[in-house]
Amino acid sequence: MLLKMEHLSKVYPGKKEVLSDFNLDVNKGEFICLIGTSGSGKTTVMRMINRMLNQTEGSILINDEDISKMDPVKLRRKIGYVIQNVGLMPHMTIRENITLVPKLLKWSEDKRNERAKEMLKLVEMPEEMLDRYPSELSGGQQQRIGVVRALAADQDIILMDEPFGALDPITRDSLQTLVKDLQVRLNKTFIFVTHDMDEALRLATRIVIMSHGKQVQTDSPDNILRHPANEFVKELIGKDRLIQARPSITTVGQIMLKDPVAITPGKSLIQAIQLMHDRRVDSLLVTDDAGILKGRIDVESVDYSFNTATSVGDIMDTDVFTVDSDSLIRDTVGRILKRGFKNIPVVDDNHKLVGIVTRAALVDIVYDALYGEAHAEQNHPSTGTSDSKKVGDDE
Amino acid sequence: MKNLNLLDQLIYYFSHNGLYVLNQFNRTFLIAIYGVIFAAVIGIPIGIWTAKYRKLSPIVIGIANVIQTVPSLAMLSIIMLGLGLGVNTVIMTVFLYALLPIIKNTYTGMVNVDPDVLDSGKGMGMTTFQLLYLVELPLSLSVIMAGIRNALVLGIGITAIGSFVGAGGLGDIIIRGSNATNGGAIILAGALPTALMAIISDAVLAFFEKKFDPSKKKATK
Ligand SMILES: Nc1ncnc2c1ncn2[C@@H]1O[C@H](COP(=O)(O)OP(=O)(O)OP(=O)(O)O)[C@@H](O)[C@H]1O
Ligand SMILES: [Mg+2]
Repeated sequence: MLLKMEHLSKVYPGKKEVLSDFNLDVNKGEFICLIGTSGSGKTTVMRMINRMLNQTEGSILINDEDISKMDPVKLRRKIGYVIQNVGLMPHMTIRENITLVPKLLKWSEDKRNERAKEMLKLVEMPEEMLDRYPSELSGGQQQRIGVVRALAADQDIILMDEPFGALDPITRDSLQTLVKDLQVRLNKTFIFVTHDMDEALRLATRIVIMSHGKQVQTDSPDNILRHPANEFVKELIGKDRLIQARPSITTVGQIMLKDPVAITPGKSLIQAIQLMHDRRVDSLLVTDDAGILKGRIDVESVDYSFNTATSVGDIMDTDVFTVDSDSLIRDTVGRILKRGFKNIPVVDDNHKLVGIVTRAALVDIVYDALYGEAHAEQNHPSTGTSDSKKVGDDE
Repeated sequence: MKNLNLLDQLIYYFSHNGLYVLNQFNRTFLIAIYGVIFAAVIGIPIGIWTAKYRKLSPIVIGIANVIQTVPSLAMLSIIMLGLGLGVNTVIMTVFLYALLPIIKNTYTGMVNVDPDVLDSGKGMGMTTFQLLYLVELPLSLSVIMAGIRNALVLGIGITAIGSFVGAGGLGDIIIRGSNATNGGAIILAGALPTALMAIISDAVLAFFEKKFDPSKKKATK
């Protein structure tokens, strides 16, 4: 057991218990999401783990060692921490920000520089950013730096308090992908506070639902969707997602169209437009001879560059958003809808094109789900997309 | 005509007493600087300390405020009673007047450091001392600098008056001019460099103040 929290409670003088009898065992490599209404004690739990707060009662063990017996400064250097508002040091360069903990741990300068570069690569940012100051970065970029700053000293446990709250859906999506990947690939353990049920369902291996200082339910996303413990949890999940949960085992491969209209880069624009006409479509996927997805073109771009370009390869858009054929609908449907694409190519592990998911196919799914619901409840409105619904602040 | 005369006289004075004026210029500057440096050495820690124990801030800043309200001539005389005529009295006075802007600005700078930045610094494992010299001081440096700038300009003014208690400096020239009949040019010979010193110090320190401003940090390319 990496992290063991036993009977934690917190009382502020003159207030009733803001946290009571909190228990959680966390294994290495888990991704725990704490979710609940505002003031339910999520931040309180999180800050006890790195001793930014002391519990009134109960104990926290990391690798069977009681943290109350450790030096808090040393403990904090071993635990990555991302606060809600990023908190980058405005007077330090990105390099200095990323390597702050390594510097406190007295790593050599070479090693720190090396690490700063590695970390930047991890979040796909160019190296010249290293010498910039936080004010010269966009909010999303700052948030990325905030995330890797919590990893730079090889911390195994990473605490994140609503790290992506203030971001636009697309940036949030890519940062979620990043942290999930870190957990899966590097086997890091995350304790992650969020207000956003979509986020929790997507990232967590286990979700802890909290209300007024109490643990309401602690379970895997699937179990929470299938067996919500009470009305509060149902409310928190929202009707939309309970519906979505039904096709939770359907994979993208099962609903995709299996014969996407594709063309090779060498073909001329005339041939492309001919093909669109014949198949009654307004965009084509571009694959090489082996069927590997290379890009896409649509009728606007053909029209726009008809006089200046000759082949499909010249004008294709190579930055194409794809999904894996064996990913679950539940995980992808929200993303597809949120990004507003008309259709999404489906690829296998080798990036070979195997199908396409159209919005029409998604409508079918939502329709099926809602149709059943509508029969049960008579008059259910038929607009059931999974726009990320926020848990209401109750204060 | 008269103006031209004044100017002629001024140039004449400078050309014949240039070295003397320069000496007095240095003297004035050094007196003001010493006073301000002492005030910084004492005032910055007091400012930091008040920011840490905020309950004390009304008391500390109140005391500094009271000092500030005593007219400078009165202050010079009072201190003269203790320290006698001479440079030390003036340095002491400059010191006392410089305390308020320095304490106040240090306090303000420290208190205004973004609590999120402090929280993340602490959460990443900085000791209290590291938090102070790696985060709080660098982030309030520009505001502290503004305080020192105020203090120095104030100090130069007090030092000019300080010649009344026998500290020398540019004030001496002004006094001499005001005692002489038709001493307008001599007064100017003392007053102009004093004003110039104040303006230049102000500009130089304003430059540093900007340079240290964390919100204006940019990658130098
Ligand atoms: N220093 C404090 N003194 C008194 N009460 C406090 C203090 N800090 C937090 N609380 C109370 O503890 C409760 C839990 O706070 P906590 O910050 O853990 O909530 P949260 O679940 O993180 O909420 P949010 O989603 O709004 O961040 C709240 O009711 C809050 O008012
Ligand atoms: Mg919180």
